[in-house]
Amino acid sequence: MRMVIVALVAFVILAVLPLGVSGYILGLLTLAYYFGVFAMSWDLLFGFAGEVNFGPTFLIGLGAYGAGLLNSEAGWPVAACIAGGTALAVVGGLLLALPALRLRGPYFGLVTLVAVLLLTQAITIGSKWTGGEIGLSLPDVLSIDDATNYWIALVFMGVAGTLLFLLSRSPVGLILQACGQDPVEAAALGFNVSKHKLAAFCVSALFSGMSGAMLVFYFGTVSPGTVIDIAVGVQVIIATVLGGRRTIVGAAIGAIFLIVAGEVLRPLGQMSTFVVSGVALAVILFFPDGLLGYVLHRRGRTV
Amino acid sequence: MTLALQILIDGFAISALYGLGAVGFTLMFGVSGVLNLAHGGTMLVAAVVAWLVADRAGAYGGAAAGVAAGFACAFVTYFAIVKPIQRSRAIPAEEKEIFVLTGTLLWGIMIQEAVAYFTTTSPHTVRPLIEGIVTLAAGVRTPTNEILTAVICWSAIGALWLLINRTRTGKALLAASINPRGLVLLGYELSNIYLLVWAIYGVLAGVAGVLLGAFLGVSSDNAGTLTASAFSIVVLGGLGSVSGSLIAAYAVGYLETLTAYLIDPSLRTIPSLLLLVAVVYVRPQGLLGRR
Repeated sequence: MRMVIVALVAFVILAVLPLGVSGYILGLLTLAYYFGVFAMSWDLLFGFAGEVNFGPTFLIGLGAYGAGLLNSEAGWPVAACIAGGTALAVVGGLLLALPALRLRGPYFGLVTLVAVLLLTQAITIGSKWTGGEIGLSLPDVLSIDDATNYWIALVFMGVAGTLLFLLSRSPVGLILQACGQDPVEAAALGFNVSKHKLAAFCVSALFSGMSGAMLVFYFGTVSPGTVIDIAVGVQVIIATVLGGRRTIVGAAIGAIFLIVAGEVLRPLGQMSTFVVSGVALAVILFFPDGLLGYVLHRRGRTV
Repeated sequence: MTLALQILIDGFAISALYGLGAVGFTLMFGVSGVLNLAHGGTMLVAAVVAWLVADRAGAYGGAAAGVAAGFACAFVTYFAIVKPIQRSRAIPAEEKEIFVLTGTLLWGIMIQEAVAYFTTTSPHTVRPLIEGIVTLAAGVRTPTNEILTAVICWSAIGALWLLINRTRTGKALLAASINPRGLVLLGYELSNIYLLVWAIYGVLAGVAGVLLGAFLGVSSDNAGTLTASAFSIVVLGGLGSVSGSLIAAYAVGYLETLTAYLIDPSLRTIPSLLLLVAVVYVRPQGLLGRR
């Protein structure tokens, strides 16, 4: 209950932020919120279903490019493009997960990683439509006003976070957690492990894809470097582990921290990624439960 | 005819290099259950150190320094990253594997960024041990270094085979990959075995890194790709199976060379990725892997 109050207070503070700070900070946080959704949907798979998806950017990229192409080629309105991109991500996720979930541990991770590499190649081959490495410029954007963009992202993160959090706390979330920790026992208790994991993958694809599609219309461009590159996927993973796996909310905190830290450390130039990775590594070694996990454990409660 | 021979020779050399790069990786997984995602970083360190030192100490000095650097890097990975995670009480046992993966992944990124910072992201080519070009039958011209690369790779793989199958220490390694508990009951110290496997891994990755740097050149941007290609070769061949990895290395190496020569160099990696996906779906344990 106290967590709900803390979350609400934080949300209200963040919501009135545009009244007081510059457009630069708002832009940064807008990006961080979309990243937060990536990280939270990844946490649903990793923390609860116990599957390491090395290819979060496969789902993000499908949503982003699906929406981008519908807008630039077919000229659909923004909302329809976002819906189309999200649908593409879910379908793609389903096609990937149906066979891939038969595999365990490192094998599942590898197939998801290869999916990203293949998607990158597909974008390069289809450069006539996708713009290849350089990317696409879109005719439409969500809004040209910083504050409006900020509120859209914040509300989106709030809604996605609430839904994912409720899902993870629901009976289905518990079954999912059981499937992740001991699939044999979960199956022995009569739960269909594959079905639950598949459902988790689809929900993860839904939110990743939608967030990718919205991010595209925030930027007004889409390119492999911003939504498909493995480095982007690695950042999602780092954000989740940093914030605290199996907490959903922690993933969003980790993502915001990571984006802001990357910006604060920008004067270091190339060394900034080194420092961020180093910090994340230190967190893994010394506080394996992540920032939020550490705080909650200190207070003697498990979530 | 000339083209066929060229593909045969180039494919052989690149496959031998892939094989050498993957063998240490798979041995490590087979014996200690660790997938080192800083693998590309280790090879990168070896290549860049060889490139730096070769300017002052000549090609041979550079190569020796490079191998030593790869060796040192492997040990840092073990003592600073892998061992603390394995010994940590805060991480539940069933999640150790995931933590090792994430930890070594981060460490690999740190290596990559450090190398980029000190030597820029532009590609470096290590000075080859032997210069010059030989003309083989049917007018195929091949750099001497390419032949030397293949020879060194196969000598290293041969030495590894001898070590594992013909010495007592090597047999202990093999036993550790089959049944670690049995080995402990026989009075072997498992942590010494792990040290040995990291040492072997370090040397193999170091040699592979230096040769790769001399053959194709490396840049800090390659670290991720190198890890991914070793990972996919190893999975294709079967995690933990050394001979499987060699077969897979040749399958991937020739597929890539064929695609590059006959279709388009920019599509080089696609057929091998598709092959990998197909094999993993049909036979998840890989060509020669155990369940």
